[in-house]
Order: sequence, then C-alpha cells, then structure tokens
Amino acid sequence: MLLLIPLLPLLGFLVNASFGRRVSKAAAGAVACGAMIGSFAVSLLSVVRLVQLEPDARAIVNQVFTWITSGDFRADFTLRLDPLSAVMILVVTGIGSLIHIYSTAYMHEEVDSEYARYFSYLNLFAAFMLVLVLGANFLIMFVGWEGVGLCSYLLIGFWFQKKSASDAGKKAFIVNRIGDWGFVLGVLLVFARFGAIDFQEIARAVAAMSPEAGFGTISAITLLLFIGATGKSAQIPLYVWLPDAMEGPTPVSALIHAATMVTAGVYMIGRNAVLFSHAPQTLIVVAVIGTATALMAGTIGLVQNDIKRVLAYSTVSQLGYMFLAMGVGAYAAGIFHLYTHAFFKALLFLGSGAVIHALGGEQDLRRMGGLKSELPITYWTFLIGSIAIAGVPFLSGFFSKDEILFRTYASGHTILWTIGLLTSLLTAIYMFRLVFLAFHGARAPAPVKAAHPEEEEPAAGSDAATGTDTAHRAGPSHPAHPSHGAHGSGAAHLHDAPPAMALALIVLAVGSVLAGYVGLPGALGGGDWFARFLEPAFGVHPAEDAVAEHGLEVTLMLVSSLVAVGGIGIAAYFFLKNRHAADRLAEQFAGPRRVLENKYYVDEIYDAAIVQPIRITSENGLWKVVDARIIDGAVNGAADTVGAASDLLRRIQTGSVRAYAASLFLGVVLILGYYLWP
Amino acid sequence: MIPLNYYLILSAILFTIGTAGVFVRRNLITILLSIEIMLNAVNLTFVAFGRALGSADGQIIVFFVMTVAAAEAAVGLAIVIALFRHRESLNPESFASLKW
Repeated sequence: MLLLIPLLPLLGFLVNASFGRRVSKAAAGAVACGAMIGSFAVSLLSVVRLVQLEPDARAIVNQVFTWITSGDFRADFTLRLDPLSAVMILVVTGIGSLIHIYSTAYMHEEVDSEYARYFSYLNLFAAFMLVLVLGANFLIMFVGWEGVGLCSYLLIGFWFQKKSASDAGKKAFIVNRIGDWGFVLGVLLVFARFGAIDFQEIARAVAAMSPEAGFGTISAITLLLFIGATGKSAQIPLYVWLPDAMEGPTPVSALIHAATMVTAGVYMIGRNAVLFSHAPQTLIVVAVIGTATALMAGTIGLVQNDIKRVLAYSTVSQLGYMFLAMGVGAYAAGIFHLYTHAFFKALLFLGSGAVIHALGGEQDLRRMGGLKSELPITYWTFLIGSIAIAGVPFLSGFFSKDEILFRTYASGHTILWTIGLLTSLLTAIYMFRLVFLAFHGARAPAPVKAAHPEEEEPAAGSDAATGTDTAHRAGPSHPAHPSHGAHGSGAAHLHDAPPAMALALIVLAVGSVLAGYVGLPGALGGGDWFARFLEPAFGVHPAEDAVAEHGLEVTLMLVSSLVAVGGIGIAAYFFLKNRHAADRLAEQFAGPRRVLENKYYVDEIYDAAIVQPIRITSENGLWKVVDARIIDGAVNGAADTVGAASDLLRRIQTGSVRAYAASLFLGVVLILGYYLWP
Repeated sequence: MIPLNYYLILSAILFTIGTAGVFVRRNLITILLSIEIMLNAVNLTFVAFGRALGSADGQIIVFFVMTVAAAEAAVGLAIVIALFRHRESLNPESFASLKW
C-alpha cells in the first residue's frame, strides 16, 4: 500500500505527460489533483494504521523489489513509514493537494499543452518527494533527492522563454549539484565505514559507538551530508538559488520552495539523527550555519521590494531556524517547525500569488497598497499567515519557534539563542512591512510599464514566446487589468481570489492557526504529543530534565512573544503610521541599506570568486588549450601520421603485375629459405 | 632405373624456365603458359617422390593439381580475353590504371 503513495502522482505525471496536450484543462487538472488527493488519502490511511501500532514498533515496511546486488552491496527498493516520514508524507500530499487545487485557477490562462506540462511536472515532483521521504536507504533517498532537484529546475524555468527564468532554473540546478556532490560523498563514506546503506542498520551500528570526541569518520560523513543539506535546503553558502527561484510560477514557489523540497535537507538530518548525534563537532557547525543563515536572510528580507523575494528570504531564514534546532539536538522541534512552517509559508506564497494574480503580474511592493478592502479573503488569510510566522502566541508558528528557541537556550547556546531571538524580531518586522505595504495605505501610482514588470529585462524569446507570458500576466479573462499603463491602475476594480484559490487559502489559514496544537508544550498544559510521536524515529530520547524547566520555558515564551509583538509594532510605526520616518531612517543608513538591498553582494562575490575564474580557466585553459590543442591535436596528429605513412607506402603500389609476382616469389623464397636453411 | 636426382634436376630446370617466363615475357598468354610449366614441374617432383618412396600420395596430389590447373587456365584465359577486349593489348604493363 505504501507504494501507492508515490505511484499515484507518478501515474498522474505519465498520463498528463502523454495525453495532456490532447485533453482539456479541466481534465488535465482533474487528473493531477485526483492523483494528489488519492495519494493524500492513502497516506492518511497508512498513518492511521501506523498510529495504531505500539509506540516503539511504529514502522510499516514495504519491500518492493531488490534493486542492486553486487558482492557485499545490496540495495532494496524499500519504502518505510515511521513517525518521521509519516509527518513528511502528510505535509507533502496534504499541502501538495491544496496547491494543486490552487494551481488549477492560478494557471488557467496558460494554453492547454502548457497547462498539462505544468501539472505533469508538479505531479512528478510530488512523486519524487514522496520517494525521498519514504525511502528506507540512502540510495532510494538519493533517487528522490535528485528527482526533486530536476523538477525544481523544470518548474523554476517553466516560463523558459523568459531568460531570467531559464537562468534561475539553471542556477538552482547547478548550485544543488554542488550540494549533491557532498551528499554522494557522504553516502559513499557511510558505505565504506558501515558496509550498509539502510538507515536502520546504520543507526544500529552507530548507536553502539560512543560519540566522537575529535574529528573522525562520523564527523566527516555528517559534514558531507550537511553540505548536501545546505544545497537542498538553501543554507549558507548555497542559499543563493532560492531567491532566484521565485521566477517560477507562484504555486511552485509555495510547493517546492517553501513547503516541501527545501525541507529535504532538514528531513535528511532528522532521518540520520543518530549519526549526527554522534558527531558533536558537526552539530555545532549545523547550528552556527543555521543561525547565521536565519539572521542574514532575515536582514535581507527587511529591504527587498519584490513580494515573492521577501517571502523567499523569509523561507531561507525559517529553514535556518530548523537547522538551528537540528544543530542543538532538538530534532523533534526542527521537524515541528518544518511542519507548521509548511502551512503558513504555503499560505503566504499562495496569498502573494493571489495578489499578483489580481494585479496582473505586479510583484513590486512599492506599487501595491490598499488592497485590504479589494481582496478581503486574500488579506485576512495573508494576515493570519503573517501572524503565525511572526510567532504571536497561540498560532502554529509560535509553538514551533518557541520550542526551538527554548531548546537552544536549554542546551546552553546563549549566543545562538540571542541571535535566534533577534531573527524572530526581524521576522515580525519584515512580514508586517510586507502586509502594510501591500494591503494598507494608498496604492502608489504605477509607472507606465506597470503591467509587465518582469519584462524589464530584455525579453529573450520570440514574440510568440512572450505572448504566452503576457497572456498569463494580463490575460483577457481579467478585463479589469489595465494592459497598458498607469492611469487605470488605481481605480480599477480588482478580483479577489477565485473559488479554487480561496479554498486553498482558507484551509491553509485554518491550518496555520491550529496546526501547532498537536505539539502543545507541557508548560502550557499540553503533552508534547508531536515530539513524543517522533521520538522513536530519532532513536534519541529528550532529556527528562526538560520537565523541570517549565518555569524557564514560560519565561522564554513571554520574552519571544514580546519580541514578536514588538516587531509588529515597529513595522506598524514605520510602514503604517509614519512612512516618512522609514524613509528618513533609510537615508540615514544609506550604506548598510545598499548592502542589504544588494543581498550583501553575495551573488557578486560568488561571481567574481567562483563563476568567473571557472569561466576563464574553462575558456582560455580547458577550451583553447586542452581541448583545441591537446585533445584535438592528438586526434588530428594521429590521422596526419597515418596519412603521411600511407603516402610513403603507396609508392610500392606500382601497378606492374611482374613486380607483384617478383615480390611474391621473393617472399616465398625467403620464407622457405628461413625454414629450410640447415 | 633412373635415379631420383635426375627427375628433381629436370623439375628444377622446368620450374626455373617457368618462373623466368613469368618475369620476362610481355604477353599474357605466354605468362599463363609459363605458369602451366611451373605447375607441371611441381607435378613431376610429386610423381618422382611418389615413385621413389613407394607411396601413392604423390600421384593423388598430382590429380588435384591438374584439376586446379585446368580451372586456373579456364579462368585465366577468360580474364585475358576480357582484358584484351578492353584495351586491345596483351601487354601486362598496359593494365596499370589502379596504381598510384
């Protein structure tokens, strides 16, 4: 039965990829959504079966077939459902289904074949992600790991006629490749060290050892795996692809770059919790990188003007939190944040998609404003998502973020805790800056090019190519959208989200409020059910002394609640009440502001330090010397040598029969002479 | 009884004459005839050895050689006729158009 979970989306992919262009949009959308919802139903059934088992024996294994056997090496195609993967499949299929439904409305302006292509990619992505989280060994996980990377590339570059989109797709793919290199090396080292790739066997082998004091094999393994995680989960130094990935359709950003794929790195660390627990050195690295990423992305998010980029940096920042949790050994807290984050970040992205959809492609915050009354559903759901991510008490984000901060503090990492708290303040500020700029105040008069902001870059495609894009941006089905220019923009009546989109938004908003209650901490009268459910999967039991620190936990909760509310207050002061103050502040700190707006110049530094040197050595060294001179030279040289030798040898070919006969005779005489000579 | 050596010497002389003919003559028909002489020189050797050693093997092989020689003559003459029709010449030097 487990096999059905990834198989249904895969079937949906095959159907849409094969027949999609011949059927209507409704049929293509129905196949894709049906596959996802079916998969969700099967997942629910499986999880129900799982929960009915004894807590310590909670695992359903489905060995599909033996994939590779070679000497000692054996890899089975085995799917394994345990509490950790149960959480993941519910998130992937549940949120995935909602985003599929949302997409049916969001993408309806695409032509039929593009529409089917979009849904086939989306289904393929879900199938790979489910393989990733259900795989019982590293190799199966790797299949999913590579597969989601591929789908990410396909979906980011979905509007491939636009150069920026296809560039972003390539960037995502190549940056991920660097991470995958680390991941593969890690897996190989695991096999070399333990002679197995099955998670269970490895965990058993490691559990028998004592944690490494110095830097040993396990530290090397975990560090390499962590490099893979930084690529997939957008952490320093490989986070640069995620903000660019916003070139893809917005539901894709919601599904892949917020709710599911980017969590693969966090999941992978959780899956190998025992391994990581035995490498304290790596854990420190993980925690520090996570915290640094959270802070850095939070500060960048503060000044970005593209609605989706703010959310993208927010995602990077929240993923940093998850890594912080993993790094301090609070695996359950990290997965808990992953789970709640999936709800509110999907909600925020879909909400921003609704805004972009309503404005006919406008993504610049400075040209928004006052949308509150015109898009009420979007506004209220977006507001709920923002409150949840800011960490205001009693919404889902509060419980998970607080759990992480509390665990960090309790494990003695006071500095990391302080930075985490600061990031939490930043989170509240940038999210509410977004809300106030987009939904409150007055709409700024849009410049002439307002209808096509993305096309500021020179369009690479042909007219027909940009036609598709433009049709999507300001399609005929939205007559209210001013296709050209400025004047109508402010006065035009905007449509709120259509039913399919509104449904997804509302369900996710409810989830954003309630999802946290499954992990209600003991300090607030809950039972930490979520953590308790996950414990067997990590093989590590949380310190019992946590119970004694309820007082501390409540204090920390108060502190972070104050920080969240304070952040909202700051945002309200600067962006709602007194925007001039914000502008003055911006002028005062023009230097730091420029650095932030340029994202710390990281892209430029990477370009100068890595991309250009590689390009130059490739062009001037590898291409013009190694390839053109050495390789081509060897090939041409061999041909020339043979040619010259043949030129000499053909002189023997005189055409005189008697000369041939003479050489034949001479040859026979010589051979006979050699054998018969006494 | 004539000694074996006499046969061998005669055979060697015949073979040399045949070889020399192949090399020296400029007429394809003559060259074919020279090849026949060489074959018959070899036949003579076979028969002589067969007789001297009291074995029938040599004579059996001679029959094979004669068969092959007949076939060779038939094919060879056919080629010569075809060549002659083509070039109106029997000189082997005139058939050198495939050389470098």
